[in-house]
Amino acid sequence: MTALLIKGVRPYGEGEPTNIRVTDGVISAIEPATGADEPVPADLPVFDAAGLVALPGFVDLHTHLREPGREDTETIETGSRAAALGGYTAVFAMANTDPVTDNAVIAEHVWRRGAEIGLVDVHPVGAVTVGLAGAKLAELGTMAASAADVRVFSDDGHCVHDPLIMRRALEYSVALDAVIAQHAEEPRLTVGAQAHEGERAARLGLAGWPASAEETIVARDCLLAGHAGARLHICHVSCAGTVEVLRWAKQRGVRVSAEVTPHHLLLTDERLGSYDPVNKVNPPLRTAADVQAMRAALADGVIDCVATDHAPHAVQDKDCEWASAKPGMLGLQTALSIVVETMRGTGALDWRGIARVLSERPAEIAGLAGQGRPIEVGEPANLALVDPDARWTVRGEELASLAGNTPYEGMELMARVVGTVLRGQVTAGRERIAV
Amino acid sequence: MKHLLTTEGLSAAEATAVLDTADTLKQTLLGREVRKLPTLRGRTVLTMFYENSTRTRVSFEIAGKWMSADVVNVSASGSSVGKGESLRDTVLTLRAAGADCVIARHPASGAAHRLAEWLGSAGTSVVNAGDGTHEHPTQALLDAATLRERLGSLDGRRIGIVGDVLHSRVARSNVHLLATLGAEVVLIAPPTLLPYGATNWPVRVSYTLDAELPTLDAVMMLRVQAERMHGGFFPSAREYSINYGLSEARAALLPEHAVVLHPGPMLRGMEIASAVADSAQAAITEQVRNGVHVRMAVLYHLLAGEEGAA
Amino acid sequence: MASRSRGAADAAGERELLTAADVARTVARMAHQVIEKTSLDAPDAAQVVLLGIPTRGASLAVRLRDRITEFSGVRPPCGTLDVTLYRDDLRRRPTRPLEETSVPDGGIDDRLVVLVDDVLFSGRTIRAALDALRDHGRPRAVQLAVLVDRGHRELPIRADYVGKNVPTARAEDVVVRLDEVDGSDGVLVRGGKA
Repeated sequence: MTALLIKGVRPYGEGEPTNIRVTDGVISAIEPATGADEPVPADLPVFDAAGLVALPGFVDLHTHLREPGREDTETIETGSRAAALGGYTAVFAMANTDPVTDNAVIAEHVWRRGAEIGLVDVHPVGAVTVGLAGAKLAELGTMAASAADVRVFSDDGHCVHDPLIMRRALEYSVALDAVIAQHAEEPRLTVGAQAHEGERAARLGLAGWPASAEETIVARDCLLAGHAGARLHICHVSCAGTVEVLRWAKQRGVRVSAEVTPHHLLLTDERLGSYDPVNKVNPPLRTAADVQAMRAALADGVIDCVATDHAPHAVQDKDCEWASAKPGMLGLQTALSIVVETMRGTGALDWRGIARVLSERPAEIAGLAGQGRPIEVGEPANLALVDPDARWTVRGEELASLAGNTPYEGMELMARVVGTVLRGQVTAGRERIAV
Repeated sequence: MKHLLTTEGLSAAEATAVLDTADTLKQTLLGREVRKLPTLRGRTVLTMFYENSTRTRVSFEIAGKWMSADVVNVSASGSSVGKGESLRDTVLTLRAAGADCVIARHPASGAAHRLAEWLGSAGTSVVNAGDGTHEHPTQALLDAATLRERLGSLDGRRIGIVGDVLHSRVARSNVHLLATLGAEVVLIAPPTLLPYGATNWPVRVSYTLDAELPTLDAVMMLRVQAERMHGGFFPSAREYSINYGLSEARAALLPEHAVVLHPGPMLRGMEIASAVADSAQAAITEQVRNGVHVRMAVLYHLLAGEEGAA
Repeated sequence: MASRSRGAADAAGERELLTAADVARTVARMAHQVIEKTSLDAPDAAQVVLLGIPTRGASLAVRLRDRITEFSGVRPPCGTLDVTLYRDDLRRRPTRPLEETSVPDGGIDDRLVVLVDDVLFSGRTIRAALDALRDHGRPRAVQLAVLVDRGHRELPIRADYVGKNVPTARAEDVVVRLDEVDGSDGVLVRGGKA
């Protein structure tokens, strides 16, 4: 039997401080934290959460854990630690591993490693096509039926660009109650692309990645999903125009959801002048107008949730010339701070809203019954404990990931996750526990 | 000046100082038997060309040698570059070997910026000899030197840049430098060869060469690379030549004083008619000659001052 | 501008060495000396070429030429010789702009070149000038004329014609002002008296 007392916390940052009691992984009581403490059993671990905000544990639909294949940049273990420190209780590990997670064996391996480590629920994302090659459907059904219980499929890193393959994948997924997560990038429009196609890239002589390459695929796939009655999820939305397409599709009743990354909520292509590849990411950093559109869409729900696209890379793949660098940024440990800064700091979302975009909606999209639940008695004790007043400076070398490619290096961010609870187990912030 | 990476951001005063130095050097060396100045004795200059360009490399090499620098050519094929060594490791090795200046051409835009970051703390200067489709600042400086020679001043002059602006580092460097020096720049190309966003540059954009030629003080013809011709940027070489090639008949539309420039190597017949390239209006061989003096001037400004001085 | 008594130090630590009138007299005296020493008005004398070292040496060379013409009736060719590219101390100071070099028609081969500068100090400028001359030709002989010799030589170089010898402290500055460059004539010693 596990038990935990979280003292003095304010669920969703609302009301008076409370004590949350956890028994056997479930919230067993939520009581006012009165001055006159009732006696605590001597052996009950107490997490001092005075001044903290409790949110449901975060769910990341889009993480690259790099295992198997690039264990020099991240492993399921180091990635799990980063996730727990970032407030996550469930992450979806993208399929572009080596070998690719396009079969039940790899999917079960990832799932089992995650369970052994036990810091966060690691759900493998299955590839849509064999080897991410875009030509032949992977065995979606076998992966769905495996111990890993795969329900999210994506060729992320590559767009499922052949409309017929995409149509078949969407149709096939209906029987599995799965969702196809599309990396929306028309490859013929992004040959050699290095940066957002706009004034900045033109000056810097970087081949452009036009917004229309994303918008056209999103429009096409919304129509295909509507036709198939399937569920479509759009990865890392980056363009204002995509938001308009999504709004239109949702109004028509298409079962489409969408995510935005923290970096697309904050950073713009103005950062590219130094040619430092830490700013290279796919889809690329776009304009300030796109950033504003991302924030507005996340606030009004056209974009459903935030996903990190956490993408660790080795030093030699980043400390090089721009064109040779791999795209991607770390995100797990900085996501909450960036969301607070860009959404709560601007008044676009309150803590309830942050709970929605970081936990509730992603859990719904992925069909996770035990995640993204309300903070109520009888619910699983999956919690992120946030210090809303914290100020901290990001140092890549201090992050739990093996890689250090954070674009926020040296930046002072607001708010920080100081504790994470996964079904009653404290997975981050154990140092705060007094027995 | 510590490095020369771009003409964007170069002030009119800085650019003019380099051009004036180039003029003086040209006069100084005029008619001399021994074209050697002791100015950079004992300084080591490396040329690192990751793309073939005999003319630019040789121009830099002569410039360095006429200033008495020790010029070492690192050929990208004969060194560990060919063995897959990273750019960073290569330059750090060369820095350790004592280079005072690295002159680099690289197919990646921004490569020179990265080199400057890796080498700057050691006091090694970097000259961008062409980075991808970004900039080629010494080409723009030598073009400006040639235009100043022919036209007197660039202030208020109208210069047309014709052709593949999208992929041209020469065009980018010229756009910034010419605008800084007070010229009015007109980019003339089919829309497929103009960068998205070029309308926000300090330029005017035109799709019609014939309409622009009568009011130009100079026309700069850009190279059309073979791979672009097959990349669907325009229907055919023939159609390109018909619309944007500088034929004899078209050159006749230019004012008499107008100057014809081409950064070379030229595709005669396609971008420019032979008779035009060899005409008195063409300043193409002067461009090459001025290239040496401009590059000497750049080396002078980078290497002849106090270490760490602005 | 109020006139100052010669040699008196003012509040800013400046001392006037030569007034405008002194400069004119000194240049005239130097012109006489050049005429005498080079015998330039003699029929078989070597042809004299004056080369001023920019900036103020160039102006002085022109003045000297004009006085020589006035006194002797011979007008020697006059040009400028920038020595910046030949200096051995370039890396001790910020990058200097280059000045004009203009060697008169006829060149310097077999001529008697008189280098003209404002101040003779370490001698390094003159060493650079001798190197620069070598790249322009082979004079029969080279002489040196300076308005002020302030001492502290670092090389075995001496002037053939000296307007004024001025003992100075190494830290002091000798400032030559010429109307063509500075708007007025005069020579000052400034500051640094240790």
